[in-house]
Amino acid sequence: MKKILSKEEKTFILKELNKYKNPDAVIIEILKFVQKRLRWISLDTIKEISKIISVPASKIDSIATFYNQIFRRPVGKNIIKYCDGVVCYINGYEKIEAELSNYLKIQPGNTTKDKKFTLIPICCLGNCHNSPTIMINENLFSNVTKKSIITILDNII
Amino acid sequence: MKNFFNKNEETHPLTWRIKDLNSSIFIDEYENKKGYFALKFALKNLSPDEVISIIKSSKLKGRGGAGFFTGKKWDLMPKKKNILEDRYLICNADEMEPGTYKDRFLIEKLPHLLLEGIILSAYAIGASVSYIFLREEYVLSKILLEKSILEAKNKNYIGKNILNSGFNLKIFIHTGAGRYICGEETALINSIEGKRPNPRYKPPFPSHFGLWGKPTCVNNVETLANVPAIVLNGSSWYKNISNNDDTGTKLMGFSGKVKNPGLWEVPFGLTARELLEDYACGMKDGYSLKAWLPGGSSTGILTESYLDVSMDFNSINIIGSRLGTAISIAVDNSINIVSLLLNIEMFFSRESCGWCTPCREGLPWSIKILKDLVNKNGRLGDVEMLEKICKNLGIGKTFCSFAPGAVSPLYNGIKYFREEFDNGIDTNLPIYEKKVCGIQSNIFS
Ligand code: SF4
Ligand code: FES
Repeated sequence: MKKILSKEEKTFILKELNKYKNPDAVIIEILKFVQKRLRWISLDTIKEISKIISVPASKIDSIATFYNQIFRRPVGKNIIKYCDGVVCYINGYEKIEAELSNYLKIQPGNTTKDKKFTLIPICCLGNCHNSPTIMINENLFSNVTKKSIITILDNII
Repeated sequence: MKNFFNKNEETHPLTWRIKDLNSSIFIDEYENKKGYFALKFALKNLSPDEVISIIKSSKLKGRGGAGFFTGKKWDLMPKKKNILEDRYLICNADEMEPGTYKDRFLIEKLPHLLLEGIILSAYAIGASVSYIFLREEYVLSKILLEKSILEAKNKNYIGKNILNSGFNLKIFIHTGAGRYICGEETALINSIEGKRPNPRYKPPFPSHFGLWGKPTCVNNVETLANVPAIVLNGSSWYKNISNNDDTGTKLMGFSGKVKNPGLWEVPFGLTARELLEDYACGMKDGYSLKAWLPGGSSTGILTESYLDVSMDFNSINIIGSRLGTAISIAVDNSINIVSLLLNIEMFFSRESCGWCTPCREGLPWSIKILKDLVNKNGRLGDVEMLEKICKNLGIGKTFCSFAPGAVSPLYNGIKYFREEFDNGIDTNLPIYEKKVCGIQSNIFS
């Protein structure tokens, strides 16, 4: 099997392992770290991690499938999360969602052909007093409008 | 509009230090404004038990939504058999209740207030390790907290032999990877342990068997942020801030189509109307208030006629809702209640952990019906079925309190806005047999 993890990732895993009494506790940290570079977690990645930390792959899989921020399918370079919480609903997130979907030519949950963007809904981002809210990668955008959202996207491209 | 900055430490123990909403209060400013005074005082003059008894007599209630007495929760922990015994304090900063933005506010504006609260609370319960369970999306919060922890370490407020008192404490930030259920305290513990975060069966309670089987206490960010001022100024001062059975102040807010959405530190017992009109400055022009949710998506929806209720745990319970996080949501006249509830239930259905049947199956079912009603092709009996689902997901019917919270807005929604549900029914369609095929038709009597 072709190795997926880099040297740096392996060192990270071993270092994290030392921090806890129980290897289970580091699974999420490892998955998140590895996902940063690979962008998603494939079954082969899980198998490789499983060997290093001696935790059954099925167990890692059961954790990876639970969390919505661990991606089990390839995603784009930029992740656009639009809040579909109740306050953003009241303030019209659906219009933002439609605009994004239209502009990127993809349905929510999908990735653009050029692999630049993935569009996903997210629950309340804790910014409801500035809603509608979206998050692109690690950046939060407040009070977005149909117009401003396009400017924001154009600046990324 | 109330002046947000017209505050002092007597009346606004949480927010009096904030003068500028665009910056955070780091160590120098915090120390200049009586920061870590409570910690210095307690480590010198008070035993852990004395701290617990101050918090107990202050009647501080948990601010995460359930409203259990904090002092009592601490007191439930078994007495330490020996000093080296492990026990944990977990700060629940996994804020994800739709409509809530108070913990993010506290962490980002007053990171040291939270840290001081954590250190004092850990001292009280005898924990030498504390985890801050932080929501992954709170990226800025993480950066600010990391910086603050470092600052506090440099001053020996965190670490070994804190201020020469012999008390040791490590604080770690643990970020999750999504999922609302991680806010449930036993699910949260499972998540830190690296298990699938389904809630645990209780008893045993975390106070006796928590993280890695050790005594553990889980407190919300806002709860912990209340601790320093109480320790410094005493419980009778705290009880006198509010004119209410619930003591102290609370971050309360209003969002939706209001003129000035936000949050404010207010004493318990002011009315929702005051909050809406004096603080949030009323509804935006052209909109009127149709309904409101007192404290997040899992609290029962109420009509405009309940606006004069006092904002405290008991008063809101009496009228059939919950105070929850006390960050209220205004629903305006342009919103259809059935569509709003569809949005809320879609959230809960997506976030259900799937462990127990009523919740895992009932919520998707409610969505199917609500969608039909929104599209005006509901059938006779649909609303009754929704009521049945509310009943079957009620208190005591499911493994954790997620499900009762999930259906409470729906239950109240049907109670107060039945007409809008009935409007979605097409009486020409045959009764429901067809629509349930495929999803557990055996539930029908
Ligand atoms: S009520 Fe829902 S969230 Fe709670 S254990 Fe059951 S399925 Fe999970
Ligand atoms: S509902 Fe969108 S930020 Fe809270």
